[in-house]
Amino acid sequence: MIVFGIFTFESSRKATQEMDTQSCRDNELQKNQECCCRAEMKKPDVPTNGIKHGLRKGKQEDGQHWIAGYVDTPVGRIPRIETTLQFKDRLGSWKARWSIGRMDYAVDPGLYAVGDPDPKSPVFVSANYKMSFDVLRSHLKGMSAWVLVLDTKGINVWCAAGKGTFGTDEIVNRIQQTGLSEVISHRTIIVPQLGAPGVSAHRVKEQSGYRVIYGPVRASDIPPFVENHFKTTPEMRIVQFGLIDRLVLTPIEIVSWGRRMFWGKHGLVLILMLLLVSGLDRSGFALKKVLILGPEALLMYAAAFLCGTFFTPLLLPWLPGRALSVKGAFLGLLVVLGVGWYRWGAPGGLGVKVNILAWLFLLPTISSFIAVTFVGATTYTSLSGVFKEMKRAVPAYIATTIIGVVLLVFGQFA
Amino acid sequence: MAGLTYLKSVVTLELSADQCTGCRMCTTVCPHDVFVIKEKRARIVNRDACMECGACAQNCPGDAISVRSGLCGCASIFIRGQKHGRMTRYFFRMWGYEV
Ligand code: SF4
Ligand code: SF4
Repeated sequence: MIVFGIFTFESSRKATQEMDTQSCRDNELQKNQECCCRAEMKKPDVPTNGIKHGLRKGKQEDGQHWIAGYVDTPVGRIPRIETTLQFKDRLGSWKARWSIGRMDYAVDPGLYAVGDPDPKSPVFVSANYKMSFDVLRSHLKGMSAWVLVLDTKGINVWCAAGKGTFGTDEIVNRIQQTGLSEVISHRTIIVPQLGAPGVSAHRVKEQSGYRVIYGPVRASDIPPFVENHFKTTPEMRIVQFGLIDRLVLTPIEIVSWGRRMFWGKHGLVLILMLLLVSGLDRSGFALKKVLILGPEALLMYAAAFLCGTFFTPLLLPWLPGRALSVKGAFLGLLVVLGVGWYRWGAPGGLGVKVNILAWLFLLPTISSFIAVTFVGATTYTSLSGVFKEMKRAVPAYIATTIIGVVLLVFGQFA
Repeated sequence: MAGLTYLKSVVTLELSADQCTGCRMCTTVCPHDVFVIKEKRARIVNRDACMECGACAQNCPGDAISVRSGLCGCASIFIRGQKHGRMTRYFFRMWGYEV
Protein backbone atom coordinates (compact mmCIF):
# COMPACT_ATOMS: atom_id res chain seq x y z
CA MET A 1 0.00 0.00 0.00
CA ILE A 2 2.81 2.36 0.88
CA VAL A 3 4.60 1.62 -2.34
CA PHE A 4 1.39 2.19 -4.25
CA GLY A 5 0.90 5.43 -2.36
CA ILE A 6 4.30 6.69 -3.36
CA PHE A 7 3.71 5.53 -6.86
CA THR A 8 0.50 7.46 -7.19
CA PHE A 9 2.19 10.41 -5.61
CA GLU A 10 4.77 10.32 -8.34
CA SER A 11 2.30 9.75 -11.12
CA SER A 12 -0.06 12.25 -9.62
CA ARG A 13 2.78 14.66 -9.97
CA LYS A 14 3.18 13.70 -13.56
CA ALA A 15 -0.50 13.89 -14.26
CA THR A 16 -0.66 17.22 -12.54
CA GLN A 17 1.68 18.33 -15.21
CA GLU A 18 -0.21 16.65 -17.97
CA MET A 19 -3.91 16.95 -17.95
CA ASP A 20 -6.70 18.37 -16.00
CA THR A 21 -9.24 15.64 -16.35
CA GLN A 22 -10.00 14.49 -12.92
CA SER A 23 -12.50 12.04 -11.75
CA CYS A 24 -15.86 13.48 -11.15
CA ARG A 25 -15.84 11.37 -8.11
CA ASP A 26 -13.00 13.38 -6.87
CA ASN A 27 -15.28 15.49 -4.81
CA GLU A 28 -17.65 12.70 -4.28
CA LEU A 29 -16.88 12.01 -0.66
CA GLN A 30 -18.30 15.29 0.36
CA LYS A 31 -21.66 15.39 1.93
CA ASN A 32 -24.77 16.88 0.39
CA GLN A 33 -23.73 16.25 -3.11
CA GLU A 34 -26.13 16.42 -5.98
CA CYS A 35 -23.96 14.64 -8.47
CA CYS A 36 -20.78 13.05 -7.42
CA CYS A 37 -19.09 16.40 -7.76
CA ARG A 38 -21.73 18.14 -5.67
CA ALA A 39 -21.59 21.09 -8.02
CA GLU A 40 -25.25 21.87 -7.95
CA MET A 41 -25.55 21.67 -4.24
CA LYS A 42 -23.16 24.23 -3.06
CA LYS A 43 -24.74 27.61 -2.72
CA PRO A 44 -23.14 30.30 -4.81
CA ASP A 45 -20.49 32.06 -2.82
CA VAL A 46 -20.36 35.76 -2.44
CA PRO A 47 -18.52 36.78 -5.56
CA THR A 48 -14.97 37.84 -4.96
CA ASN A 49 -13.72 40.63 -7.09
CA GLY A 50 -10.17 39.66 -7.64
CA ILE A 51 -8.84 41.61 -4.70
CA LYS A 52 -9.39 39.18 -1.90
CA HIS A 53 -7.15 36.21 -2.48
CA GLY A 54 -5.88 33.05 -0.91
CA LEU A 55 -7.44 29.77 0.00
CA ARG A 56 -10.84 29.83 1.53
CA LYS A 57 -11.94 28.67 4.93
CA GLY A 58 -9.23 29.95 7.17
CA LYS A 59 -6.44 28.25 5.28
CA GLN A 60 -4.92 31.61 4.57
CA GLU A 61 -1.47 30.89 5.89
CA ASP A 62 -0.67 27.90 3.72
CA GLY A 63 -2.89 29.16 0.94
CA GLN A 64 -0.73 32.12 0.18
CA HIS A 65 2.55 30.42 -0.56
CA TRP A 66 2.01 30.56 -4.31
CA ILE A 67 1.58 34.31 -4.33
CA ALA A 68 4.86 36.09 -4.91
CA GLY A 69 4.25 39.79 -4.85
CA TYR A 70 1.80 42.03 -6.60
CA VAL A 71 1.39 43.84 -9.90
CA ASP A 72 -0.15 47.31 -10.06
CA THR A 73 -2.96 47.72 -12.55
CA PRO A 74 -5.76 50.23 -13.14
CA VAL A 75 -8.07 48.02 -11.08
CA GLY A 76 -5.71 47.73 -8.14
CA ARG A 77 -3.05 45.31 -7.00
CA ILE A 78 -3.20 41.94 -8.70
CA PRO A 79 -1.34 39.05 -7.06
CA ARG A 80 1.56 37.62 -8.98
CA ILE A 81 1.65 33.85 -8.81
CA GLU A 82 4.56 31.44 -8.72
CA THR A 83 4.95 29.09 -11.66
CA THR A 84 6.99 26.52 -9.78
CA LEU A 85 5.02 23.99 -7.82
CA GLN A 86 6.25 23.41 -4.32
CA PHE A 87 6.19 20.25 -2.31
CA LYS A 88 3.07 21.56 -0.58
CA ASP A 89 1.22 21.78 -3.88
CA ARG A 90 2.19 18.25 -4.83
CA LEU A 91 1.25 16.97 -1.42
CA GLY A 92 -2.05 18.79 -1.74
CA SER A 93 -2.77 17.16 -5.10
CA TRP A 94 -1.80 13.80 -3.74
CA LYS A 95 -4.03 14.21 -0.72
CA ALA A 96 -6.88 15.37 -2.91
CA ARG A 97 -6.54 12.24 -5.01
CA TRP A 98 -6.70 10.06 -1.94
CA SER A 99 -9.46 12.26 -0.46
CA ILE A 100 -7.46 12.91 2.65
CA GLY A 101 -8.68 15.77 4.76
CA ARG A 102 -9.88 17.75 1.87
CA MET A 103 -13.11 19.61 1.93
CA ASP A 104 -12.51 22.67 -0.10
CA TYR A 105 -9.48 22.51 -2.32
CA ALA A 106 -10.13 25.78 -4.04
CA VAL A 107 -8.52 29.04 -5.04
CA ASP A 108 -10.32 32.35 -4.92
CA PRO A 109 -11.79 33.36 -8.25
CA GLY A 110 -10.38 36.50 -9.79
CA LEU A 111 -7.51 37.83 -11.81
CA TYR A 112 -3.89 36.83 -11.26
CA ALA A 113 -0.65 37.80 -12.92
CA VAL A 114 2.21 35.63 -14.14
CA GLY A 115 5.61 37.20 -14.72
CA ASP A 116 5.44 40.82 -15.82
CA PRO A 117 2.29 41.07 -17.85
CA ASP A 118 1.33 44.19 -19.77
CA PRO A 119 -2.00 45.11 -21.40
CA LYS A 120 -1.07 43.06 -24.44
CA SER A 121 -0.32 39.84 -22.55
CA PRO A 122 -2.54 36.80 -23.15
CA VAL A 123 -5.27 35.82 -20.70
CA PHE A 124 -5.62 32.19 -19.66
CA VAL A 125 -8.88 31.08 -18.10
CA SER A 126 -8.89 28.46 -15.34
CA ALA A 127 -11.24 26.75 -12.92
CA ASN A 128 -10.80 27.47 -9.23
CA TYR A 129 -10.04 23.89 -8.29
CA LYS A 130 -6.56 24.18 -6.86
CA MET A 131 -5.27 21.28 -8.95
CA SER A 132 -6.55 22.83 -12.18
CA PHE A 133 -4.95 26.08 -11.19
CA ASP A 134 -1.64 24.38 -10.33
CA VAL A 135 -1.59 22.54 -13.63
CA LEU A 136 -2.00 25.78 -15.49
CA ARG A 137 0.46 27.93 -13.59
CA SER A 138 3.18 25.32 -13.64
CA HIS A 139 3.11 25.50 -17.43
CA LEU A 140 3.28 29.25 -17.69
CA LYS A 141 6.88 29.27 -16.55
CA GLY A 142 8.86 32.10 -18.08
CA MET A 143 5.80 33.70 -19.62
CA SER A 144 4.07 36.94 -18.88
CA ALA A 145 0.34 36.44 -18.83
CA TRP A 146 -2.86 36.98 -16.96
CA VAL A 147 -4.85 34.17 -15.40
CA LEU A 148 -8.58 34.58 -15.00
CA VAL A 149 -9.86 32.14 -12.41
CA LEU A 150 -13.57 31.37 -12.66
CA ASP A 151 -15.72 30.36 -9.75
CA THR A 152 -16.40 26.70 -10.45
CA LYS A 153 -17.04 25.87 -6.78
CA GLY A 154 -13.74 24.11 -6.50
CA ILE A 155 -14.52 21.69 -9.31
CA ASN A 156 -12.11 20.92 -12.14
CA VAL A 157 -12.59 22.28 -15.64
CA TRP A 158 -13.90 19.09 -17.18
CA CYS A 159 -16.61 18.36 -14.62
CA ALA A 160 -17.52 21.99 -14.12
CA ALA A 161 -17.98 22.41 -17.87
CA GLY A 162 -20.35 19.46 -17.83
CA LYS A 163 -22.46 21.25 -15.26
CA GLY A 164 -22.17 24.66 -16.82
CA THR A 165 -20.43 26.23 -13.82
CA PHE A 166 -17.42 26.58 -16.05
CA GLY A 167 -19.51 28.29 -18.66
CA THR A 168 -20.48 31.25 -20.78
CA ASP A 169 -22.25 33.12 -18.00
CA GLU A 170 -19.47 32.72 -15.50
CA ILE A 171 -16.87 33.90 -18.01
CA VAL A 172 -18.88 36.97 -18.95
CA ASN A 173 -19.52 37.65 -15.29
CA ARG A 174 -15.96 37.22 -14.19
CA ILE A 175 -14.68 39.45 -16.98
CA GLN A 176 -16.92 42.22 -15.68
CA GLN A 177 -16.26 41.67 -12.01
CA THR A 178 -12.51 41.71 -12.33
CA GLY A 179 -12.54 44.74 -14.60
CA LEU A 180 -10.44 42.79 -17.08
CA SER A 181 -11.17 45.26 -19.86
CA GLU A 182 -9.36 48.00 -17.96
CA VAL A 183 -6.34 45.82 -17.41
CA ILE A 184 -5.80 44.59 -20.94
CA SER A 185 -6.07 46.27 -24.30
CA HIS A 186 -6.93 43.27 -26.47
CA ARG A 187 -10.18 41.32 -26.30
CA THR A 188 -9.13 37.69 -26.47
CA ILE A 189 -9.16 35.00 -23.80
CA ILE A 190 -7.71 31.52 -23.92
CA VAL A 191 -10.04 28.88 -22.55
CA PRO A 192 -8.94 25.28 -22.04
CA GLN A 193 -10.57 23.06 -24.62
CA LEU A 194 -11.86 20.78 -21.90
CA GLY A 195 -14.09 23.66 -20.84
CA ALA A 196 -15.75 23.81 -24.25
CA PRO A 197 -18.80 21.70 -23.29
CA GLY A 198 -19.86 24.51 -20.98
CA VAL A 199 -18.69 27.48 -22.99
CA SER A 200 -20.23 28.84 -26.12
CA ALA A 201 -17.59 30.90 -27.86
CA HIS A 202 -19.98 32.87 -30.04
CA ARG A 203 -22.20 33.73 -27.07
CA VAL A 204 -19.24 34.95 -25.05
CA LYS A 205 -18.39 37.16 -27.99
CA GLU A 206 -21.95 38.45 -28.21
CA GLN A 207 -22.27 39.12 -24.52
CA SER A 208 -18.85 40.47 -23.64
CA GLY A 209 -17.08 41.29 -26.88
CA TYR A 210 -14.31 38.84 -26.03
CA ARG A 211 -13.09 36.29 -28.50
CA VAL A 212 -12.56 32.82 -27.10
CA ILE A 213 -9.58 30.83 -28.32
CA TYR A 214 -9.56 27.23 -27.21
CA GLY A 215 -6.22 26.20 -25.81
CA PRO A 216 -4.77 22.69 -25.76
CA VAL A 217 -6.26 19.82 -23.78
CA ARG A 218 -3.04 19.14 -21.92
CA ALA A 219 -1.46 22.04 -20.11
CA SER A 220 1.97 20.73 -21.08
CA ASP A 221 1.10 21.75 -24.64
CA ILE A 222 0.74 25.40 -23.66
CA PRO A 223 4.30 26.46 -24.51
CA PRO A 224 4.17 24.98 -28.04
CA PHE A 225 0.67 26.38 -28.39
CA VAL A 226 1.92 29.87 -27.58
CA GLU A 227 4.84 29.43 -29.96
CA ASN A 228 2.42 28.33 -32.64
CA HIS A 229 0.75 31.76 -32.45
CA PHE A 230 -2.04 30.52 -30.21
CA LYS A 231 -3.17 27.80 -32.54
CA THR A 232 -3.71 24.22 -31.45
CA THR A 233 -2.51 21.37 -33.60
CA PRO A 234 -4.81 18.35 -34.03
CA GLU A 235 -2.75 16.35 -31.51
CA MET A 236 -3.24 19.02 -28.88
CA ARG A 237 -6.99 18.67 -29.19
CA ILE A 238 -7.36 14.96 -28.62
CA VAL A 239 -8.20 13.68 -25.18
CA GLN A 240 -6.15 10.67 -24.19
CA PHE A 241 -6.90 8.19 -21.49
CA GLY A 242 -3.53 6.63 -20.99
CA LEU A 243 -2.13 4.46 -18.25
CA ILE A 244 -1.10 7.36 -16.02
CA ASP A 245 -4.42 9.13 -16.52
CA ARG A 246 -6.18 6.00 -15.40
CA LEU A 247 -3.80 5.23 -12.60
CA VAL A 248 -4.24 8.56 -10.85
CA LEU A 249 -7.97 7.96 -10.82
CA THR A 250 -7.67 4.69 -8.93
CA PRO A 251 -7.03 6.11 -5.44
CA ILE A 252 -10.36 7.84 -5.40
CA GLU A 253 -12.01 4.62 -6.56
CA ILE A 254 -10.29 2.71 -3.80
CA VAL A 255 -11.19 5.22 -1.13
CA SER A 256 -14.79 5.71 -2.14
CA TRP A 257 -15.51 2.03 -2.70
CA GLY A 258 -13.51 1.07 0.34
CA ARG A 259 -15.83 3.19 2.37
CA ARG A 260 -18.86 1.53 0.84
CA MET A 261 -17.55 -1.98 1.07
CA PHE A 262 -15.37 -2.00 4.17
CA TRP A 263 -15.18 0.83 6.63
CA GLY A 264 -18.39 2.72 5.92
CA LYS A 265 -21.78 2.01 7.42
CA HIS A 266 -22.96 -0.23 4.59
CA GLY A 267 -19.56 -1.80 4.38
CA LEU A 268 -19.52 -2.90 8.00
CA VAL A 269 -23.00 -4.35 7.70
CA LEU A 270 -22.00 -6.26 4.59
CA ILE A 271 -18.89 -7.64 6.19
CA LEU A 272 -20.83 -8.64 9.28
CA MET A 273 -23.37 -10.41 7.11
CA LEU A 274 -20.64 -12.17 5.21
CA LEU A 275 -19.11 -13.40 8.46
CA LEU A 276 -22.49 -14.49 9.81
CA VAL A 277 -23.26 -16.45 6.68
CA SER A 278 -19.87 -18.13 6.75
CA GLY A 279 -20.67 -19.40 10.25
CA LEU A 280 -23.95 -21.03 9.27
CA ASP A 281 -24.03 -24.72 9.87
CA ARG A 282 -26.48 -27.60 10.00
CA SER A 283 -26.49 -27.24 13.72
CA GLY A 284 -27.29 -23.56 13.39
CA PHE A 285 -24.26 -21.40 13.86
CA ALA A 286 -20.68 -22.37 14.58
CA LEU A 287 -18.13 -19.81 15.62
CA LYS A 288 -15.34 -22.15 14.63
CA LYS A 289 -16.63 -22.11 11.08
CA VAL A 290 -16.50 -18.32 11.02
CA LEU A 291 -12.82 -18.45 11.86
CA ILE A 292 -12.10 -20.83 9.01
CA LEU A 293 -14.48 -19.72 6.29
CA GLY A 294 -14.82 -16.05 7.28
CA PRO A 295 -11.35 -14.98 6.11
CA GLU A 296 -11.82 -16.89 2.86
CA ALA A 297 -15.06 -15.11 2.18
CA LEU A 298 -13.47 -11.77 3.00
CA LEU A 299 -10.61 -12.52 0.65
CA MET A 300 -13.00 -13.14 -2.21
CA TYR A 301 -14.84 -9.98 -1.30
CA ALA A 302 -11.61 -8.00 -1.24
CA ALA A 303 -10.58 -9.50 -4.57
CA ALA A 304 -13.81 -8.24 -6.12
CA PHE A 305 -13.07 -4.84 -4.67
CA LEU A 306 -9.57 -4.72 -6.08
CA CYS A 307 -10.70 -6.00 -9.48
CA GLY A 308 -13.27 -3.25 -9.76
CA THR A 309 -11.43 -0.32 -8.25
CA PHE A 310 -7.89 -0.91 -9.34
CA PHE A 311 -7.33 -3.55 -11.97
CA THR A 312 -10.21 -2.72 -14.28
CA PRO A 313 -9.21 0.95 -14.64
CA LEU A 314 -5.59 -0.05 -14.98
CA LEU A 315 -6.06 -2.78 -17.59
CA LEU A 316 -8.93 -1.05 -19.34
CA PRO A 317 -7.71 -1.16 -22.96
CA TRP A 318 -6.66 -4.78 -22.71
CA LEU A 319 -9.81 -6.21 -21.22
CA PRO A 320 -12.26 -7.76 -23.67
CA GLY A 321 -15.53 -6.11 -24.61
CA ARG A 322 -16.48 -2.48 -25.03
CA ALA A 323 -18.85 -2.20 -22.11
CA LEU A 324 -17.24 -1.43 -18.79
CA SER A 325 -19.51 -3.92 -17.07
CA VAL A 326 -18.15 -6.67 -19.30
CA LYS A 327 -14.57 -5.64 -18.61
CA GLY A 328 -15.18 -5.66 -14.87
CA ALA A 329 -17.04 -8.95 -14.93
CA PHE A 330 -14.30 -10.56 -17.01
CA LEU A 331 -11.65 -9.79 -14.44
CA GLY A 332 -13.89 -11.03 -11.65
CA LEU A 333 -14.51 -14.26 -13.55
CA LEU A 334 -10.81 -14.78 -14.06
CA VAL A 335 -10.21 -14.53 -10.34
CA VAL A 336 -12.96 -17.00 -9.46
CA LEU A 337 -11.86 -19.43 -12.13
CA GLY A 338 -8.33 -19.22 -10.79
CA VAL A 339 -9.45 -19.85 -7.25
CA GLY A 340 -11.84 -22.56 -8.40
CA TRP A 341 -9.14 -24.36 -10.32
CA TYR A 342 -6.99 -24.39 -7.22
CA ARG A 343 -9.68 -25.23 -4.69
CA TRP A 344 -12.20 -27.39 -6.52
CA GLY A 345 -10.90 -30.68 -5.21
CA ALA A 346 -10.20 -29.41 -1.71
CA PRO A 347 -11.53 -31.43 1.21
CA GLY A 348 -14.93 -30.34 2.38
CA GLY A 349 -16.96 -32.01 -0.29
CA LEU A 350 -19.95 -30.42 -1.86
CA GLY A 351 -19.86 -27.36 0.42
CA VAL A 352 -16.60 -26.12 -1.09
CA LYS A 353 -17.84 -26.58 -4.63
CA VAL A 354 -21.11 -24.80 -4.00
CA ASN A 355 -19.21 -22.02 -2.30
CA ILE A 356 -17.02 -21.56 -5.35
CA LEU A 357 -20.09 -21.56 -7.57
CA ALA A 358 -21.63 -18.88 -5.37
CA TRP A 359 -18.60 -16.66 -5.82
CA LEU A 360 -18.70 -17.39 -9.52
CA PHE A 361 -21.86 -15.32 -9.50
CA LEU A 362 -21.09 -12.84 -6.76
CA LEU A 363 -17.55 -11.78 -7.44
CA PRO A 364 -18.00 -10.75 -11.09
CA THR A 365 -21.19 -8.96 -10.12
CA ILE A 366 -19.39 -6.82 -7.58
CA SER A 367 -16.37 -6.11 -9.77
CA SER A 368 -18.58 -5.37 -12.74
CA PHE A 369 -20.75 -2.99 -10.76
CA ILE A 370 -17.74 -1.06 -9.51
CA ALA A 371 -16.34 -0.98 -13.02
CA VAL A 372 -19.56 0.50 -14.38
CA THR A 373 -19.37 3.37 -11.95
CA PHE A 374 -16.02 4.24 -13.47
CA VAL A 375 -17.91 5.78 -16.40
CA GLY A 376 -18.05 8.97 -14.39
CA ALA A 377 -14.30 9.22 -14.61
CA THR A 378 -13.49 8.01 -18.11
CA THR A 379 -12.96 10.40 -20.96
CA TYR A 380 -14.50 8.39 -23.73
CA THR A 381 -17.85 7.00 -22.58
CA SER A 382 -21.09 8.51 -23.82
CA LEU A 383 -24.26 8.91 -21.84
CA SER A 384 -26.32 6.97 -24.37
CA GLY A 385 -23.83 4.16 -24.14
CA VAL A 386 -24.16 4.11 -20.37
CA PHE A 387 -27.92 3.91 -20.68
CA LYS A 388 -27.69 1.00 -23.00
CA GLU A 389 -25.19 -0.73 -20.79
CA MET A 390 -27.23 -0.25 -17.64
CA LYS A 391 -30.41 -1.51 -19.28
CA ARG A 392 -28.78 -4.84 -19.74
CA ALA A 393 -26.56 -4.93 -16.73
CA VAL A 394 -28.98 -4.09 -13.95
CA PRO A 395 -31.34 -7.04 -14.48
CA ALA A 396 -28.30 -9.26 -14.78
CA TYR A 397 -26.89 -7.93 -11.52
CA ILE A 398 -30.11 -8.59 -9.71
CA ALA A 399 -30.29 -12.14 -11.04
CA THR A 400 -26.67 -13.00 -10.31
CA THR A 401 -26.83 -11.48 -6.85
CA ILE A 402 -29.87 -13.55 -5.91
CA ILE A 403 -28.41 -16.74 -7.33
CA GLY A 404 -25.08 -16.06 -5.68
CA VAL A 405 -26.51 -15.38 -2.25
CA VAL A 406 -28.76 -18.44 -2.39
CA LEU A 407 -25.82 -20.61 -3.36
CA LEU A 408 -23.64 -19.08 -0.68
CA VAL A 409 -26.15 -19.87 2.04
CA PHE A 410 -26.95 -23.26 0.58
CA GLY A 411 -23.27 -24.16 0.46
CA GLN A 412 -23.07 -23.76 4.22
CA PHE A 413 -25.56 -26.58 4.75
CA ALA A 414 -24.41 -28.87 1.96
CA MET B 1 -7.28 6.71 -28.10
CA ALA B 2 -6.54 3.50 -29.81
CA GLY B 3 -8.19 0.52 -28.21
CA LEU B 4 -10.69 2.51 -26.22
CA THR B 5 -13.98 3.03 -27.96
CA TYR B 6 -17.23 2.68 -26.17
CA LEU B 7 -20.37 0.92 -27.39
CA LYS B 8 -21.15 1.05 -31.10
CA SER B 9 -23.98 3.02 -32.69
CA VAL B 10 -25.45 4.52 -29.58
CA VAL B 11 -24.61 8.21 -29.69
CA THR B 12 -27.27 10.83 -30.30
CA LEU B 13 -25.07 13.15 -32.32
CA GLU B 14 -26.91 14.77 -35.26
CA LEU B 15 -25.58 17.20 -37.80
CA SER B 16 -27.75 19.09 -40.24
CA ALA B 17 -25.41 20.10 -42.98
CA ASP B 18 -27.70 22.84 -44.37
CA GLN B 19 -27.16 24.97 -41.30
CA CYS B 20 -23.42 24.51 -41.32
CA THR B 21 -21.33 27.47 -42.35
CA GLY B 22 -18.07 25.57 -42.35
CA CYS B 23 -16.58 27.64 -39.54
CA ARG B 24 -14.54 24.68 -38.21
CA MET B 25 -15.45 25.35 -34.63
CA CYS B 26 -16.66 21.77 -34.13
CA THR B 27 -13.36 20.35 -35.29
CA THR B 28 -11.58 22.68 -32.89
CA VAL B 29 -13.50 21.74 -29.77
CA CYS B 30 -14.12 18.03 -30.27
CA PRO B 31 -11.79 16.01 -28.05
CA HIS B 32 -12.28 12.86 -30.11
CA ASP B 33 -11.78 14.02 -33.65
CA VAL B 34 -15.34 13.25 -34.70
CA PHE B 35 -15.65 15.85 -37.47
CA VAL B 36 -13.85 16.76 -40.64
CA ILE B 37 -14.57 19.68 -42.93
CA LYS B 38 -15.15 18.68 -46.54
CA GLU B 39 -16.22 21.14 -49.20
CA LYS B 40 -16.79 23.80 -46.58
CA ARG B 41 -19.21 21.66 -44.64
CA ALA B 42 -18.71 19.67 -41.48
CA ARG B 43 -19.04 15.91 -41.67
CA ILE B 44 -19.20 13.24 -39.00
CA VAL B 45 -16.48 10.70 -39.64
CA ASN B 46 -15.85 9.14 -36.30
CA ARG B 47 -19.25 8.70 -34.84
CA ASP B 48 -18.60 5.95 -32.33
CA ALA B 49 -15.77 7.92 -30.79
CA CYS B 50 -18.18 10.66 -29.71
CA MET B 51 -18.57 10.86 -25.94
CA GLU B 52 -21.56 13.20 -26.06
CA CYS B 53 -19.75 15.95 -24.24
CA GLY B 54 -21.75 18.57 -26.11
CA ALA B 55 -18.83 20.87 -26.86
CA CYS B 56 -19.56 20.92 -30.59
CA ALA B 57 -23.25 21.75 -30.17
CA GLN B 58 -22.46 24.50 -27.66
CA ASN B 59 -19.97 26.10 -29.97
CA CYS B 60 -21.66 25.76 -33.33
CA PRO B 61 -22.76 29.24 -34.35
CA GLY B 62 -25.13 27.83 -36.94
CA ASP B 63 -26.89 25.55 -34.45
CA ALA B 64 -26.26 22.73 -36.86
CA ILE B 65 -25.38 20.12 -34.25
CA SER B 66 -27.54 18.46 -31.69
CA VAL B 67 -26.47 15.93 -29.12
CA ARG B 68 -27.90 14.81 -25.81
CA SER B 69 -24.97 15.62 -23.65
CA GLY B 70 -24.09 14.30 -20.26
CA LEU B 71 -20.46 14.74 -19.58
CA CYS B 72 -20.70 13.67 -16.01
CA GLY B 73 -21.84 10.14 -16.67
CA CYS B 74 -22.50 9.38 -13.05
CA ALA B 75 -24.82 12.33 -12.69
CA SER B 76 -27.35 11.40 -15.21
CA ILE B 77 -27.29 7.69 -15.72
CA PHE B 78 -30.59 7.55 -13.98
CA ILE B 79 -32.80 9.97 -15.79
CA ARG B 80 -36.40 9.15 -15.11
CA GLY B 81 -38.22 7.34 -17.86
CA GLN B 82 -35.21 5.26 -18.76
CA LYS B 83 -35.87 1.58 -18.57
CA HIS B 84 -34.70 0.35 -15.19
CA GLY B 85 -33.79 3.94 -14.38
CA ARG B 86 -35.45 3.77 -11.03
CA MET B 87 -33.97 0.46 -10.11
CA THR B 88 -30.50 1.64 -11.05
CA ARG B 89 -31.05 4.77 -9.09
CA TYR B 90 -32.02 2.79 -6.09
CA PHE B 91 -28.96 0.61 -6.46
CA PHE B 92 -26.65 3.57 -6.58
CA ARG B 93 -28.40 5.34 -3.71
CA MET B 94 -27.85 2.29 -1.64
CA TRP B 95 -24.18 2.73 -2.22
CA GLY B 96 -24.28 6.34 -1.31
CA TYR B 97 -24.29 7.87 -4.75
CA GLU B 98 -26.70 10.75 -4.77
CA VAL B 99 -28.23 10.56 -8.18
S1 SF4 C 1 -19.35 24.39 -35.81
FE1 SF4 C 1 -21.31 24.20 -36.84
S2 SF4 C 1 -21.26 25.71 -38.48
FE2 SF4 C 1 -19.16 25.44 -37.78
S3 SF4 C 1 -18.30 23.87 -39.12
FE3 SF4 C 1 -19.09 22.81 -37.35
S4 SF4 C 1 -21.19 22.24 -37.90
FE4 SF4 C 1 -20.52 23.79 -39.36
S1 SF4 D 1 -20.32 15.72 -28.39
FE1 SF4 D 1 -18.15 16.02 -27.86
S2 SF4 D 1 -17.17 14.13 -28.51
FE2 SF4 D 1 -19.16 14.19 -29.51
S3 SF4 D 1 -18.77 15.12 -31.47
FE3 SF4 D 1 -19.38 16.76 -30.11
S4 SF4 D 1 -17.47 17.56 -29.31
FE4 SF4 D 1 -17.00 15.57 -30.21
